[in-house]
Amino acid sequence: MYKYQLHLLFFIFFMGTSLWAKTIEVCASCEVKSIKEGIALATDFDTLLIKKGTYREFNIVVDKPLTLIGENCPIIDGEDRGEIIRVVSDNVTVDGLYIINVGTSYTTDYAAIRVVKSENFLIQNVVLEKLFFGIYLERSNNGKVYHNKIIGDALDEYNSGNGIQLWYSHHVQVDRNIVQGVRDGIYLEFSDNIAINNNISTNNLRYGLHFMFSNDDVYTGNTFENNGAGVAVMFSKGIKMERNIFKRNWGTAAFGMLLKEINDAEIIGNTFEENTIGINIEGSNRIVYKNNNFISNGWAVKVLGACYTNSFINNNFLYNSFDISYNSKLNDNVFEKNYWSNYTGYDLDKDGIGDVPYRPVKLFSYVVNRTPETIILLRSMFMDIIDFSEKVSPVFTPDNLLDAMPLMKRSE
Amino acid sequence: MLKILKYSFYDLMRSRWSYVYFLFYLALGFVLLFLNNDLSKAVITLMNVIIVLVPLISTIFGVMYFYNSKEFTELLLAQPLKRSSIFLGQYLGVAGSLTLSLVLGLGLPFVLYGLFKSDTIWDFSLLLITGAFLTLIFVALAFNIAISNENKIKGFGYAVLLWLFLAVIYDGLFLMSLILFEEYPLDSFSLAATMFNPIDLSRTLILLKLDISALLGYTGAIFKQFFGTYTGLTVSITTLILWTVLPIWRLSYKAKRKDF
Amino acid sequence: MIQIENLYKKFGKNQVLSNLDLDIHGSGIFAVLGPNGSGKTTLIKCILGMVVPSSGEIEIQGSTIKKNWRYRQEINYLPQIANFPGNLKVKELIRMIKDLRQKDSKEKDLIRLFDLDSFLDKKLSTLSGGTKQKVNIVLTFMFDSPLIILDEPTTGLDPGSLIKLKELLTQEKSKGKTILITTHIMQFVEEMSDEIVYLLEGNIFFKGNVEQLKTKTNQTDFEHAIAAIATRTSDA
Repeated sequence: MYKYQLHLLFFIFFMGTSLWAKTIEVCASCEVKSIKEGIALATDFDTLLIKKGTYREFNIVVDKPLTLIGENCPIIDGEDRGEIIRVVSDNVTVDGLYIINVGTSYTTDYAAIRVVKSENFLIQNVVLEKLFFGIYLERSNNGKVYHNKIIGDALDEYNSGNGIQLWYSHHVQVDRNIVQGVRDGIYLEFSDNIAINNNISTNNLRYGLHFMFSNDDVYTGNTFENNGAGVAVMFSKGIKMERNIFKRNWGTAAFGMLLKEINDAEIIGNTFEENTIGINIEGSNRIVYKNNNFISNGWAVKVLGACYTNSFINNNFLYNSFDISYNSKLNDNVFEKNYWSNYTGYDLDKDGIGDVPYRPVKLFSYVVNRTPETIILLRSMFMDIIDFSEKVSPVFTPDNLLDAMPLMKRSE
Repeated sequence: MLKILKYSFYDLMRSRWSYVYFLFYLALGFVLLFLNNDLSKAVITLMNVIIVLVPLISTIFGVMYFYNSKEFTELLLAQPLKRSSIFLGQYLGVAGSLTLSLVLGLGLPFVLYGLFKSDTIWDFSLLLITGAFLTLIFVALAFNIAISNENKIKGFGYAVLLWLFLAVIYDGLFLMSLILFEEYPLDSFSLAATMFNPIDLSRTLILLKLDISALLGYTGAIFKQFFGTYTGLTVSITTLILWTVLPIWRLSYKAKRKDF
Repeated sequence: MIQIENLYKKFGKNQVLSNLDLDIHGSGIFAVLGPNGSGKTTLIKCILGMVVPSSGEIEIQGSTIKKNWRYRQEINYLPQIANFPGNLKVKELIRMIKDLRQKDSKEKDLIRLFDLDSFLDKKLSTLSGGTKQKVNIVLTFMFDSPLIILDEPTTGLDPGSLIKLKELLTQEKSKGKTILITTHIMQFVEEMSDEIVYLLEGNIFFKGNVEQLKTKTNQTDFEHAIAAIATRTSDA
């Protein structure tokens, strides 16, 4: 130990003064045997190289700008005793750690890695298992959460946490993470200008992605599959959602995506496949839906309450049990040039646009809204006859709810 | 019985109607696939055809065959043959040739189209199995009607009425009762009501494949149990088998006691 | 050969056979006669098991026919209306019946006898009534069974074929067979039958040979004798 310190002093003398950060190795047989010890020893901008092994530590506070790098996936075992890493300094990098056994509490949100009031952080290549909360960003901006794998084993909502949570954090990139088996895969609250790209959020108890009061965020290329309720975007403005995949979110209150009080959003090029409800829209206005694919959903789009000036253009509605469901007789939304696989019209002038308008709301969807058990009569001849008569002379469905220019072929 | 089956089958294979039926399905399959170019859409359209047309054709064809082969039946009755074998043989001959027309007529275009490379094959196989069951059931029901009615016109009338009832009216009454009693928990009722109509039952079986996303949206615990697990599939298929066996059993019971 | 006791048959409200007893033993041609609706065909169908009796007992060669079908192996039956599956060819029909009965047959001689060779490859639906009846006869006589039942065998036959049929019957009788015939042609009965069974209102009104009938009715002419039975009953 003494020898090492001498060595260290020597090192600092040479390198530290010339602004070169030094590397501290941590391992069972090294001089520095624990991460906490390493952090205590380190000075700003040093690198902690954590070697393969198991470190039974918790409440590790990173209070100076350091780089924590795991070599060959060292395990940090919190032994269920509480939070594991807390970053309270700017410019911290956490890389390549395997963190397990985060403590569960009903009063404190213990996280595997918590970043508090810090800037320019980078958390990458981290694997989290047996966790409560995963990566928790609190009032921290301009950072990046990249290529992490969070695998929870949550069973009940009340005693489980979220995979990646952002709270009052802005300008953060969340990219290429895999999150599964937690309560909400990715949760945003009061966080603006966030980019969420290429993540895979599956098998979570509640939402794959959950937005609350967060504006001007972008999420693209993510996959949300088999989450308890899908993706919820609520009380937010100016969100862009592009090329995401929402798949197999099944259940009573499950949907590919829930939009609640969302204004001025763009939803472009997404795929909604085999969800009970593709998109559930409540009180959302001025949203553009373009080039999305709705495939084999129970309800492709369910519109509840007042939703104004939304436009659905160039989408593909393929083999959904119901294309659109409305619960009111009013319609202020535009449907244009979509492809509907249920369309049976013709195109005599061969311009690729059907000559007869398509009415996407079936009477049967009203009946099912009223008496859910009637779903069992789906696709029966009787219902087809009733739907046909409603198509010919609409009584229950909004008269102007139609696609006057239905495409004859799928839009690419 | 096998001999009767053989001869009825040969007889039917020679008759124009088997070919008409076969060609109809063949044409339908080709039209659906090559005009649409969309396997999934074709499967959905086929479902409608199967749950509406298959019962209709089976009923009419069954009644027609039974009445037309009256003399043949009498010829056979004077032969040293068991009565039940005669009727079961004829039944299997008709049902078999209809099923064959259905499976081959629809199967060929789909195989040519490249069904085996597609993952729609399971939906499609389920459709064909359901169609086969419906054929078996409705031919059996038709034979039952015909054996109980000497009068051809009456027999045809009842047969068409039966089809109309099971294909349309039943669902209308079903819907009405669901809406009328909507305050009550209805999921056991609606599942039970489905079981009592082979067309609804087949439809449900297909829904399990095509519309499972929508079905799982409903809250009822019994629904969830039924649709969310293999229970639905098992119960439906068992009931379909019952629906096939019971009319056949009644047919052979009636056949033993009928005067010719 | 045939033993019938207390046979009753009711179709709906219509009592067709009531308390009928009949014994037919030994070889010979037995003509079952009676006015329309007297139950001739029903009786024959009861024997064949095509009609299920309301009550009563029928025994063929000493064993009951109830819930039995193998005894029909010993019966050749010629149905009244020769209407066969139209899609089959004559040849195929013959082959089919042979296949069903699995018995030695002599259809070739019969086909030659009735000049049916040219019709063998024709479909049954294209044949005339007379030809159909000939095919019917071939099917009936091609097996060697101790009991032969013919329901109106003369329908549609030309005189030549009728003669051949009579020859055939005589031949079979000489082999010691029991032959049961219903017909409306009295001349045929007088010429061929050994014994007459006269049915009236579902029961046997008379059983005996032609001479006995003439004596009973005090008529010299057979046809008159039959007619006399009919008038006497209408008087009664």
